[in-house]
Amino acid sequence: MSRIEVLKTYKMYIGGKFPRTESGRYYSLKNTKGEEIANMCTGSRKDFRNAVVEARKAFELWSNRTAYNRSQILYRIAEMLEGRKAQFIDELMQIGSTKKQAENEVFTSIDRLIYYAGWADKYQQISSSVNPVSGPYFNFTIQEPTGVVAVIAPEENGLIGLVSTIAPIIVSGNSCIVLASESKALCSVSFAEVVNSSDVPGGVINILTGNAEELIPHFSTHKDVNSMLYCGNDKKATQLIKENSTTNLKRIVVKKDIDWMKNENESPYFITKFTEVKTTWHPIEKIGASGSGY
Amino acid sequence: MSKKETKLNLKSNWDLAPSLESTSHVKLKNKYDLFIGGKWVKPSSGKYFDTINPATEEKLASIANGNKKDVDLAVKAARKAYDTTWSKLSGKERGKYIFRIARIMQEKAKELAVVETLDGGKPIRESRDIDIPLAANHFFYYAGWADKLDYAFPNRNPKSLGVAGQITPWNFPLLMAAWKIAPALACGNTVVLKPAETTSLTTLLLAEIIEEAGLPAGVVNIVTGAGDTGAEIVNHSGIDKIAFTGSTGVGKIIQNAIAGTDKKITLELGGKAANIVFEDAPLDQAVEGIVNGIFFNQGHVCCAGSRLLVQESVYDIVLRKLKDRMESLIVGNPIDKNTDIGAINSKSQLDTINHYIKLGKEEGAEIYQPEGKLDKKGYWCKPTLFTGVAQSNRIVQEEIFGPVLAIQTFRTIEEAITKANNTPYGLSAGVWTDKGSKIFNMTSQLRAGIVWANTFNKFDPTSPFGGYKESGFGREGGLHGLEAYLSFEN
Repeated sequence: MSRIEVLKTYKMYIGGKFPRTESGRYYSLKNTKGEEIANMCTGSRKDFRNAVVEARKAFELWSNRTAYNRSQILYRIAEMLEGRKAQFIDELMQIGSTKKQAENEVFTSIDRLIYYAGWADKYQQISSSVNPVSGPYFNFTIQEPTGVVAVIAPEENGLIGLVSTIAPIIVSGNSCIVLASESKALCSVSFAEVVNSSDVPGGVINILTGNAEELIPHFSTHKDVNSMLYCGNDKKATQLIKENSTTNLKRIVVKKDIDWMKNENESPYFITKFTEVKTTWHPIEKIGASGSGY
Repeated sequence: MSKKETKLNLKSNWDLAPSLESTSHVKLKNKYDLFIGGKWVKPSSGKYFDTINPATEEKLASIANGNKKDVDLAVKAARKAYDTTWSKLSGKERGKYIFRIARIMQEKAKELAVVETLDGGKPIRESRDIDIPLAANHFFYYAGWADKLDYAFPNRNPKSLGVAGQITPWNFPLLMAAWKIAPALACGNTVVLKPAETTSLTTLLLAEIIEEAGLPAGVVNIVTGAGDTGAEIVNHSGIDKIAFTGSTGVGKIIQNAIAGTDKKITLELGGKAANIVFEDAPLDQAVEGIVNGIFFNQGHVCCAGSRLLVQESVYDIVLRKLKDRMESLIVGNPIDKNTDIGAINSKSQLDTINHYIKLGKEEGAEIYQPEGKLDKKGYWCKPTLFTGVAQSNRIVQEEIFGPVLAIQTFRTIEEAITKANNTPYGLSAGVWTDKGSKIFNMTSQLRAGIVWANTFNKFDPTSPFGGYKESGFGREGGLHGLEAYLSFEN
């Protein structure tokens, strides 16, 4: 008698926990043969609002960690993903990738995490400045994380799209709520499990599944979301997000027609898109001299 | 209203029970060969020298004595590795190798800390909390730069140099190896490194870690030996870059030796840092900073705050607080977690320090050392103060590299700056004041590569380290530390 396989219930990831949607709704995820492989949560407005509360709490903690600590934690996610690569390759193949494509996507995702792990204690060094003001002041400019970022992840990739958008956002200290690819949500949920075992504080990364069209109005109008990343080509959705952003002047970043598998689409400037610029003036005591700054 | 000053009576029974770090998990070999081309090879001379524990004078292991032939083999192995593998790897893949080194160092941190203390004499608290974690952090930091060099130097097309010859000192053996190897590898170079002869062990353990990390053979080569082995590295025609940390005297010899070549060079040399305390400073914190500044690692620190400049109005109180604090410092067994000041690294260094202490007395300065007995075996030196010194005294001008502090006073900020800058050195300085604007006035006028404000002896991989004037040139650490291992189009 052959063994009966145990099937996994795919849940969402909010505040370091794995709840099902409060709405009780689901959608069927099908493999390339059209067979149902999972019942995914159709996340609701309430789920999103809960996630924002968790993300805001986590932001305080996460943004106060040292850059070195954040660097090591991103590296830890890569280590965990490396250890579970077989599972991800399998899941990507279930939803249509060839073995080679799936391997490529998983390996590129691991390397991308390491790429951004490296930037944690470096991006400031290429983007901050000391400003030679005309006066006796030490004047310097640095970047700080924007806060809570809501993300509509790319629809066309299950894993690399998720990793490529989450890593640059959290590396500077932001927290995020990400809506995973609807049609390729399988490994998004598995990625949450990797995150959960990588010393990432609960709430820093929140992953929802569901329908973008339904959730975009809520993502873009929430007043405690500081910035929003939209990955997609839908003109109407883009316009709606930009219009809605005026409720609290969200910083909107739109990424369209991006091949996330390409290394040219990883960049420190993607990190600084989700930062604020802060300048500090500090006096320099100059006794008996006209005095200048630095 | 005057506050009553209270003080611990240290003459009462304040002896602490020993709290010895366990050494049982440390696996040292009896004999260490040279690490060349990914293999452990015997020195061509067949000669070995002893490395001893300076706290007990007992032998820890035999270390291979590398000579000209061994250095030549190492340079050739490094060149081959550079040509065939390392320079051909993408930055991303290079970075992943370096991350591996960082991770294994973290995994073996306790063992490395214990060996560092046994071999070098520094308190286990320091090797455990500072040397080893910082060394791992250096590899972690530079690993991340390997695929990002174009961002560090935009429009300059950075390229690796080739084979780097590196010579490290005995005061922070593993940390200095990390400072040198990590950026060299990240920038795509291969390495021939010689550790100081009294403290080779942790560098050899690092070679084992590099082996475990699976780096291609010959990317890192370790040739142990004394100064003449180092000279062979400096003079070898297959070396593209020299990185040296050590005394200003040897640094000048090296610069002279390679004058007729195109070898790139960075020198991290001696120092005689002024630690400047203003009357508005938080004095208790300043006293802790003075103690940390000069007695950290027995004063075997190139950036040690070996000159204390105190504003005259608070001189008496600072001196009294400092003497009180010194009475509570524990000099003794480095492996004991209570120890503040460990063993002097070697007999010859102890002789040098004692020579300067004698000289200080002869120059007419007044000496203070707390009471207490030192162990008969091992090399020890009590924390020592000199007061009543003149700017021209040798104990004010020259680097002693031991727990010896010379104290001077000043009245005005200009006087403090003049005195602070009045040595041939310019590595570091310290400023203690509650007034931020005064700090920045000082930092803008002190001729030193690092200025610590209301702190001292702080190090971080992201923060460049290096000197002005005769303290050397080039920087280690931070973005600027990459420059030493790259060539540029412009």
